[in-house]
Amino acid sequence: MSKGVLVDLTKCIGCGSCSVACKMWNALPYSQTSQQQGSNLDADTWTVINRAEVKKDNEPAWRFIKYQCLHCDEPACASACFSKALKKTKEGPVVYDVSLCVGCRYCMLACPFNVPKYEWDKAFPEVRKCQMCANRVYNGDSPACVSVCPAGALTYGEHKTILAMAREKINGDGGYVKHIFGEKEAGGTSWLYISDIPFENLGFRTNVTTKPLPEYTESILGLTPAVGLSWGALLTGMYVYNRRRNEIAKEKEKPGNK
Amino acid sequence: MADQGKWHFTMTPTRKLLLLLGLLGVLGMVYRLVAGLGSATNLNDQWPWGMWIGFDVLTGVALAGGGYSTALIVHILGVKKYSPIARSALLTSLIGYLLVMAGLFMDIGRWFNFWRPFVSWGYTSVLFEVFWCVSLYTMVQLLEFGEIATEKVKKGWHNLFKKMLPALLIIGVLLPTLHQSSLGSLYVIEVGKLYPLWWSMLLPVFFLMSSFFVGPAMVTVETFLGARAHGHKPDISLLQSFIKISGYVMLVYLLLKVVDLYYRGAAGLVFAGNLEGNLFLLEMVCGVLIPIIICFTPQLRNSVSGLVTFGVLVVSGVILNRMNVVFTGMADFMGGAYFPSVIEWLVTIGLIAIGVLGYLFIVENFHILPSHTPGQAATTVDRVKTKTASA
Repeated sequence: MSKGVLVDLTKCIGCGSCSVACKMWNALPYSQTSQQQGSNLDADTWTVINRAEVKKDNEPAWRFIKYQCLHCDEPACASACFSKALKKTKEGPVVYDVSLCVGCRYCMLACPFNVPKYEWDKAFPEVRKCQMCANRVYNGDSPACVSVCPAGALTYGEHKTILAMAREKINGDGGYVKHIFGEKEAGGTSWLYISDIPFENLGFRTNVTTKPLPEYTESILGLTPAVGLSWGALLTGMYVYNRRRNEIAKEKEKPGNK
Repeated sequence: MADQGKWHFTMTPTRKLLLLLGLLGVLGMVYRLVAGLGSATNLNDQWPWGMWIGFDVLTGVALAGGGYSTALIVHILGVKKYSPIARSALLTSLIGYLLVMAGLFMDIGRWFNFWRPFVSWGYTSVLFEVFWCVSLYTMVQLLEFGEIATEKVKKGWHNLFKKMLPALLIIGVLLPTLHQSSLGSLYVIEVGKLYPLWWSMLLPVFFLMSSFFVGPAMVTVETFLGARAHGHKPDISLLQSFIKISGYVMLVYLLLKVVDLYYRGAAGLVFAGNLEGNLFLLEMVCGVLIPIIICFTPQLRNSVSGLVTFGVLVVSGVILNRMNVVFTGMADFMGGAYFPSVIEWLVTIGLIAIGVLGYLFIVENFHILPSHTPGQAATTVDRVKTKTASA
């Protein structure tokens, strides 16, 4: 049912094939800056490889971190969208429908990983981010980036299967840190990461809440009908009571007043 | 003044300047619609929301809170002694909301899709509630104003509007209560992104309370500005008792803020000496603490300077609070840099100028200020001793 991708950071060689495949499949324009490692996501760059210079056994080491939309199980962006332009599909990808988009950009603010980007230079801009090659996924193919990885760093499959695979890997090999990034972060994501270097040293947002973000909003919005109804009833009651009181007061004053 | 069918609008140098600013604003808006957000604004991927959302919308709605707080006090709770204030508070609020709608329209990228949320039914979004409430409330206020307008034009409709008024008044307090708090709820999803001095599950409560207590402060500021423009003396005794309502709400607000900071373990950050800590202190001391002291010291509260200081401090405090939530509190996480572009400034200033001109025009042509309703509230008229500029 729900698909996912496991990124094994110990295997990534930083070749950049995935980002080229992404550009080609999605017909995204190239620019000089977006080719460089470590450049950020933007409207035309849906996946990047960041390079982290770290220490491994007291020796300097490089790690390459593929970054793209993590496709949360309960996406904050989709819950924040008041026109339902963003939604989580049952196959896994969080996809965008431009025909519904108003362009409020609340999704960009809501995303815990700052993934959605905007076409600032267009008169009618779109929100842009990795769609997990949704059409390929619907047809049983892997996303374009996964299909070209020559190093075996990306594994596509059933979310349950790749999660089990990740557990097996980190428990079987002492080299891995005992943490699957994306298993619990933001309530769980379709993309999972395993690594031999602690994630906080690789630029991951490790302090992100593990409670699904939409739940924060729901706990408040859920109160709205009750608050609205009781407050409305109270206001009506007070209005009627005070109007009657003022009328009575006026009648008592009547003989003296005009 | 209330002569029928005649329209007054005396041009003064200030008004000519406002007109010029308004025209520049309109030009800025046209440019934004044609050229797009990227070339008109300094917004970027780190700062998707800037001055138009932060100031024009979030702060604008809060400052227009005077409309619903006055309506609650005068019409629902039936405290009739404040009724001379009610109409001007409604008018400011109505104009405020129209400006908010204009600002919002400028800010959305695909404005031709503005109606989508009405049919998409994206009820999981706080913005959905805000959108519905703000649109409906603007309509309710237009209808409420209809009751005033039909005193002068289309008089045949007046009785109909008068009949609708009770329902409008109740809905007109209910809706703002919901969306003023929802504007705070918007930032609840920024958990871990918004600096802990401002992020709280109580954000909706804080936004609601501050939009309520800024009401009387805003009315005070407007009354003094209006009095200067129209050359009459403001009713100090009325205002000094009116701001006490703010004072009590601010006391609860302050207490709740302190309790909340300790409960979340964020109290230590207040005196951390960093930008966030200092701006939070500024907001709380100048915008809440000092006004409370003014409010509960009779000598200060009964003086013109005390009242004006109170009004200016509370209004500035609420503006700073909203700016802190939108900018200061998000800066650390978002990174990058943002400062509004020339066009963003022109549009914001232009909208305010248009609002002020609209207010002046309506005040001078409809029964808004107590002086314009002779016979109905004779005592108030005596106290206010109005001489309108146009009369």
